[in-house]
Amino acid sequence: MSQTTQVPRPRTDSKGAAPEAGRRPASPQWAAWAFLAPVTLYLVLFYAYPLYRNLDLSLRNYTVRSFVQGDAPFTGLANYRRVFEDPTFAPALLHTVVFTGVCLVFQYAIGLALAVFFNQNFRLSATLRALFLVPWLLPLIVSASTWSWMLNSDSGIVNAVLHAVGIGPVNWLTSPSWSLTSVIIANIWIGVPFNLVVLYSGLQSIPGSLYEAAAIDGAGSWRRFWSITFPLLRPVSAITLLLGLVYTLKVFDIIWIMTKGGPADSSTTFATWSYQLGFGNLLPAFGPGAAVGNLLVVAALVFGLVYVRVQRKQALS
Amino acid sequence: MSKGLKTALGLLLTGIMLFPVYWMINVSLTRDQDMRKSPPDLFPSHVTLEGYRAVVDQQLPYLGTSLVIGLGTVALTVALAAPAGYALAKLRPRGGGIMSFVLLAAQMIPGIIMAMGFYAIYLQLGLLQTVPGLIVADSTLAVPFAVLIFTAFMSGIPGELLQAARTDGAGPLRTFWSIVLPMSRNAVVTVSLFAFLWSWSDFIFASTLAGGGAHEPITLGIYHYIGNNNQQWNAIMATAVVASLPAAVILVLAQRYVAAGVTAGAVKD
Repeated sequence: MSQTTQVPRPRTDSKGAAPEAGRRPASPQWAAWAFLAPVTLYLVLFYAYPLYRNLDLSLRNYTVRSFVQGDAPFTGLANYRRVFEDPTFAPALLHTVVFTGVCLVFQYAIGLALAVFFNQNFRLSATLRALFLVPWLLPLIVSASTWSWMLNSDSGIVNAVLHAVGIGPVNWLTSPSWSLTSVIIANIWIGVPFNLVVLYSGLQSIPGSLYEAAAIDGAGSWRRFWSITFPLLRPVSAITLLLGLVYTLKVFDIIWIMTKGGPADSSTTFATWSYQLGFGNLLPAFGPGAAVGNLLVVAALVFGLVYVRVQRKQALS
Repeated sequence: MSKGLKTALGLLLTGIMLFPVYWMINVSLTRDQDMRKSPPDLFPSHVTLEGYRAVVDQQLPYLGTSLVIGLGTVALTVALAAPAGYALAKLRPRGGGIMSFVLLAAQMIPGIIMAMGFYAIYLQLGLLQTVPGLIVADSTLAVPFAVLIFTAFMSGIPGELLQAARTDGAGPLRTFWSIVLPMSRNAVVTVSLFAFLWSWSDFIFASTLAGGGAHEPITLGIYHYIGNNNQQWNAIMATAVVASLPAAVILVLAQRYVAAGVTAGAVKD
């Protein structure tokens, strides 16, 4: 979905259905499936079929001409082999891992610190917390272009501030050693609100009496955080990090708009590489692009399954 | 730490967090000749509306397209998701659990994959660079989420109420239309807000499926600006400010729905 950090999906529960549970269903199955039919058809046509087409793309040797005519020869795993042997493969893998890992750690740590801070209910805390959502709501193209200009080598505010404290200009977006850092910074900024909001609602469910008891026992606030808040927040933390992982793996917009994965592939990830192959060149390489994309799907679904398992386990406990 | 001090710290942190937003507005009001000043002006000392004039002159068609696509996405999403939510929450279809699982998994598929699949299909169907094509593609961002929101919300409608309607002779369709849907107003609002926002913000479908056509949304308007016209940052940032307005409106008018949408399901209640 668009967006880096998108909204998590709700847990489907059936609290309200409980009173009916004992009786025989008053509405027959056909009625239930009549209501589900449109969305089922939709999922088949607009999820399953595009996924199938994508798989098909990755197993054939497509050119622009055969793309239109649909007579591309079947080549098995040749596209995948080509991708694995591509010199971009290793850097793209490394960047995807680094990008995802660093973003997750910082988004979570900053989000948690802010959630603990805002949990102390001071004047304006609710309003300020709401304002923290802004980066998450903005269209990614807006965030990405704003950060691009802020990180501009010659006229950006970031280098102006660095200059004021005596640090020389950094070529944030144009130097291969900084481009990945730049997109990571921007993406952390976008992801903090999600972590803040979810962790904050997790904090709300920790009973205040625990803190009072700990305070009576003489535990300082640092101690209270590590002995009460952090352990009790573990289930929510697990969910937040897993969802964050799935969403960060597929981040595309921010990187593409800020650096196009460059310079010289220095900030390319699987998501941008896939796009680059399929749409970024004059001569599109749909097959390899789809192959890279499918690797990404597998990774996302593996962690997605872990997420579902963790969530189920929590729902049962 | 006293409460007053905490409020001060809170204001400071919020200020830091929102600095990029302030900077966007500041740059949008800066004159061309001040743009490359070193150090840059922290406040727009000579406010200019050139950037916004450029928006009105050049970006209105893009904004109009985005509005149409956003509203279309909302309509399609609600029409598909509300009945499905009702079925999953109240009619206990066989295989409902699998459906919920599929909806969860669907949200984890990276956008670039969907875009490539849609591209291949639309190319054959001649739907590239069309408004309906983009509406359908954008709706995939919202439909799974919407079904799950509707399901969670409609599960909370008391079963006795639906039972009473049934006793009075109302069929499932009648029950859905006259009782369940009106009672789910909040869920409709939440879903509509997010569907609109995601469709409005979409870049990847726009650039793959609508790029170069007659109906390009505002995200591409900004993207072209960055590409073609990289001297006029006041115009780029002014467009960015205008493109952010739906987010601002949603935050002001519907903040509680937003927080509900973010946390829905991520946290055990």
